[in-house]
Amino acid sequence: MTALTATVPSPARQHGLAANLRNIASIAWRSLVQIKHNPMELLDLSVQPVMFLLLFTFMFGGQMSGSPQEYLQYALAGLIVQNSVFTALNTAVGLHSDVAKGVYDRFRSLPIARPVPLIGRILADMVKQVWAVALMLVLGLIIGFDLNGGIGGALASLALLLVFTLAMAWLNVLLGLVAGSEEKVMMFGFTIAMPLSFTSSAFVRTDTLPSALQFWAEKINPVTAIADSVRGLLDGTPVGHSVIVTLVWAAGLVVVFFPLAMRAYRAKLS
Amino acid sequence: MTRHTEHAVWAEGLTKSFKETKALTGVDLAVRTGTVHGVLGPNGAGKTTAVRILTTLLRADAGRALVGGFDVATESARIRAQIGLTGQYASVDEMLTGFENLLLIGRLLGFTRPQAKTRAGELLERFDLSHAADRAAKTFSGGMRRRLDLAASLVGGPRILFLDEPTTGLDPHARNELWAIVRELVAEGVTVLLTTQYLEEADQLADEIAVIDHGRVIATGAPEELKSKVGGQVLYVRAERGTDVGVVKGLLAEVAGREVTAEGEGLTVPVTDTKVMPAAALRLEQAGIEVAEFSLRRPSLDEVFLTLTGAPAQPVEVPA
Repeated sequence: MTALTATVPSPARQHGLAANLRNIASIAWRSLVQIKHNPMELLDLSVQPVMFLLLFTFMFGGQMSGSPQEYLQYALAGLIVQNSVFTALNTAVGLHSDVAKGVYDRFRSLPIARPVPLIGRILADMVKQVWAVALMLVLGLIIGFDLNGGIGGALASLALLLVFTLAMAWLNVLLGLVAGSEEKVMMFGFTIAMPLSFTSSAFVRTDTLPSALQFWAEKINPVTAIADSVRGLLDGTPVGHSVIVTLVWAAGLVVVFFPLAMRAYRAKLS
Repeated sequence: MTRHTEHAVWAEGLTKSFKETKALTGVDLAVRTGTVHGVLGPNGAGKTTAVRILTTLLRADAGRALVGGFDVATESARIRAQIGLTGQYASVDEMLTGFENLLLIGRLLGFTRPQAKTRAGELLERFDLSHAADRAAKTFSGGMRRRLDLAASLVGGPRILFLDEPTTGLDPHARNELWAIVRELVAEGVTVLLTTQYLEEADQLADEIAVIDHGRVIATGAPEELKSKVGGQVLYVRAERGTDVGVVKGLLAEVAGREVTAEGEGLTVPVTDTKVMPAAALRLEQAGIEVAEFSLRRPSLDEVFLTLTGAPAQPVEVPA
């Protein structure tokens, strides 16, 4: 019979930057290795973007722009952005489930810094974002997208998307912590993400919209700014204004939702 | 560890409210190092709140607590390095395998990857989970899941272990297994604080019991002391004819010298003296009463509580 507590190795120090980074990596590893045992999540991360990309291109393409090819050139950026917005909801859903099921309390009973589990999750969700963006880009290229912006454009649009989804993460953290149930997280998330991504320039040119909707889509909705930025970067056309608007939006999201999310996170402790 | 080394867990005047609900209204605890301390109470008594405060998951509104000599309010990191926690809320990750769960915890405790792997393998083996090491925890049975939860709380070789209702929902076999593990841990010098709704569990495992109700400790003492306080066992008598109840009641009160209470169609009376049972049987026969049921049983938790809380509001002190 093995002794239950006698053979325990002596652990390394669990504070300091190196320890924190190692622990964040462990938590992120956990989020990603989960996918292996949960085929639904893989479906969510892979099949869904592929399905939307193919459906929009080949079903709507002809009617929207004369040919699927033509429409793909316009809509790929929008599809990527929409997928990013929806993938970002994973942060809210996953966090909520961890708190509800007690996984968070297990983490918090361990000698790791308090924000580590949260940062680890967000890091893993960023990796998922990169995966989905890369998948859609590669598939887009296969079905005929012209990457006029080159690798540089692709990397720049990925970087911008990550900045934006990182900013959105705090809204999602707040949502995951305050919502009463996983269903509510999903419902509330979709209620925001769905209209937001459709009332933008993601899938259509805004000049055909009724004037009030056009004003909303062009001047207010941040999805237009990010979709225009990604489209321009992939296409190699000038994007100055929309990138600035995107970054301002990202900063705004952080300023508003980071403190609220942190307050909710700390409140779970008392 | 120079402070309170005699007590692995020590708390005084812990209070905690959630909005309108007063979860704890003043909890004192003193758990001697190397012993099992049972915290016994019904649902909603405040057991889980107390454990969450002691394991630094929750901050008390008032009061003071030391765990392993460290203050829960200011030295939570030191405490978390030496405790283990198992409860319905501090859970393993269902989406990870048994091995991955233990590996992750080992890494988060500061072990190197090889160390964490070795330790995970050891514990899986010890808890008879090796065959399920590579299966996601969501596929585990209730007993397996609880063993994995317990293994998870032992990865770091904690000196103080908190078990919050460890056997709730387990079948007798799984429960006995868990009890054996707790005894083994204590033999290795681990201090265990265990909450339970079951008097029998506290009786089986605990060196000392704190009975908690409505957010406060209403009695403390060794199991025998508490049981003699409430009257070790309960005699239950049901007469064949309902009209005999009055006679039986008077008779039992006389023999046992305690208050008799009605329970369903029968009567119960606490019994401390082993001579009471034969004496009662004899008297019933002499009185010519046909008895439908005559049994001796341990007091249920309800009876313990009735006795302890039926007393005036101040805590019942059992000399330790």
